[in-house]
Amino acid sequence: MATVVSKAKKHRQPSAIGVLNLQGGVCEHLDHLERLGVACRPVKIPADFEGLAGLIIPGGESTCLARLLHIFEIDKVIVREFRRGMKLWGTCAGAIVLARVVVGEQPVLGLIDIEVERNSFGSQLDSFRDDARIPAFSSRPLPLTFIRAPQIKKAGKGVKVLLKKDNYIAAAESRDVLVTVFHPELTGCVAFHRYFARKCGLDPYDEKKVPDIDPTWNPVSWTRLAPVSR
Amino acid sequence: MDKKRYELNVQLAQMLKGGVIMDVTNVEQAKIAEEAGAVAVMALERVPADIRRDGGVARMSDPAMIAQIKKAVTIPVMAKARIGHFVEAQILEALKIDYIDESEVLTPADEECHIDKTKFSIPFVCGARNLGEAARRIAEGAAMIRTKGEAGTGNVVEAVRHMRTMNREIRQLAGMPLEEVTGFAKANGIPYELALKVRELGRLPVVNFAAGGIATPADAALMMQLGCDGVFVGSGIFKSDNPALRARAIVKATAYYNNPAKVLKASMGLGSAMPGLEIAAIPEEQLLAKRGW
Repeated sequence: MATVVSKAKKHRQPSAIGVLNLQGGVCEHLDHLERLGVACRPVKIPADFEGLAGLIIPGGESTCLARLLHIFEIDKVIVREFRRGMKLWGTCAGAIVLARVVVGEQPVLGLIDIEVERNSFGSQLDSFRDDARIPAFSSRPLPLTFIRAPQIKKAGKGVKVLLKKDNYIAAAESRDVLVTVFHPELTGCVAFHRYFARKCGLDPYDEKKVPDIDPTWNPVSWTRLAPVSR
Repeated sequence: MDKKRYELNVQLAQMLKGGVIMDVTNVEQAKIAEEAGAVAVMALERVPADIRRDGGVARMSDPAMIAQIKKAVTIPVMAKARIGHFVEAQILEALKIDYIDESEVLTPADEECHIDKTKFSIPFVCGARNLGEAARRIAEGAAMIRTKGEAGTGNVVEAVRHMRTMNREIRQLAGMPLEEVTGFAKANGIPYELALKVRELGRLPVVNFAAGGIATPADAALMMQLGCDGVFVGSGIFKSDNPALRARAIVKATAYYNNPAKVLKASMGLGSAMPGLEIAAIPEEQLLAKRGW
């Protein structure tokens, strides 16, 4: 997998965003971060976490992510780095992994005070696209992709609701953690990645250089960063 | 299936990348698979090794059994329809599972036509032995591809052959001047527009998993290192000594496929793998990969 990373030294300010590379939509996030000129890399083992200003936990299957996080003790590394100041963003399954309460299941990392329900909409036939105006991210309506998505049912103290739908919350944040139940990395929208990069204290390209909806993105853009065949 | 729905279906497969999809025949096995970290289960009455042993006509599984499994797990549920049997596919769509495998493991219902998958909203995964086969299935509406391998053998050799063949053909295409593409597409039965797309991307435009004969953590890591996006394990888990342990080990080895120390650790003390079958010992007419075209 391609990486764009400055050689971060220990004493330097954290300067890159990592994408947890255990299972799921990893290269899709890396593609978006690269569009914004943000240093980024897939992370898989404890040493990969050095110098990370932020970590994205991508969509995938939350049960699989939870098993692997626990077995390989990556959960401990994430909590340690989080305490040190690393920001977190979970999309879809990633939001479940970060939630303090998961309906009917044990929570995984429990780093944001929300209650989520897994797979709230039904089967793949109920996956859908929508759009919404979310002032926190952009003045334009943004495309949202929900794939077997969870719903945030409750947000606790210190958690700001960023997007409320009929009977659930679709995006929320605390001071250090962002959660979205939809997948900005599966659309041309880079507004969420720009927002998260700034939350991490980084300096992504602005709207003038890369508009909130990048016209050069297409549905197969992810293949550019997918593992190459032999 | 409109374009938007097709893209959503391709994107669900993208979310399965780096994961293991396991064949299960009952609720208990489905729960073991989910607990082990499978990203999806394939619900079927008999695993390929048993289908091979029993002979006769293999059909879509009892929908009641698939429904039970769907109820028991929260991860995506897939099920198989016979090649060309679009009514089995209609039934599985009505059952609202997550993905249909139009599979050579079942006895084909049509030797000329595969299912017109564009007529459905539900996604399909199809098997392929080479780039032409993969491209024809994508043109018919498949949202995900897998190698055919030789299911139910516990022998990875055919899956390796199919993946290497696809890789070699993609490399050829990617390095080819434009004027040679027409002839290459014609010779390999690749729709021209898709040939151009694959040439531009240097890979398939959809997710491509390994399937057929994967029985050990090392097999899974091998297929991942050959460039597969994830792994299907059919008979390999529930025909082994200790399914729960082996299932977890294959999940670990798939995630850390390029880390030999971790694959080594995952491979230790798993008990016996499923008994394997030498491909040459299988009568020609019983080879499953030859079904479909």
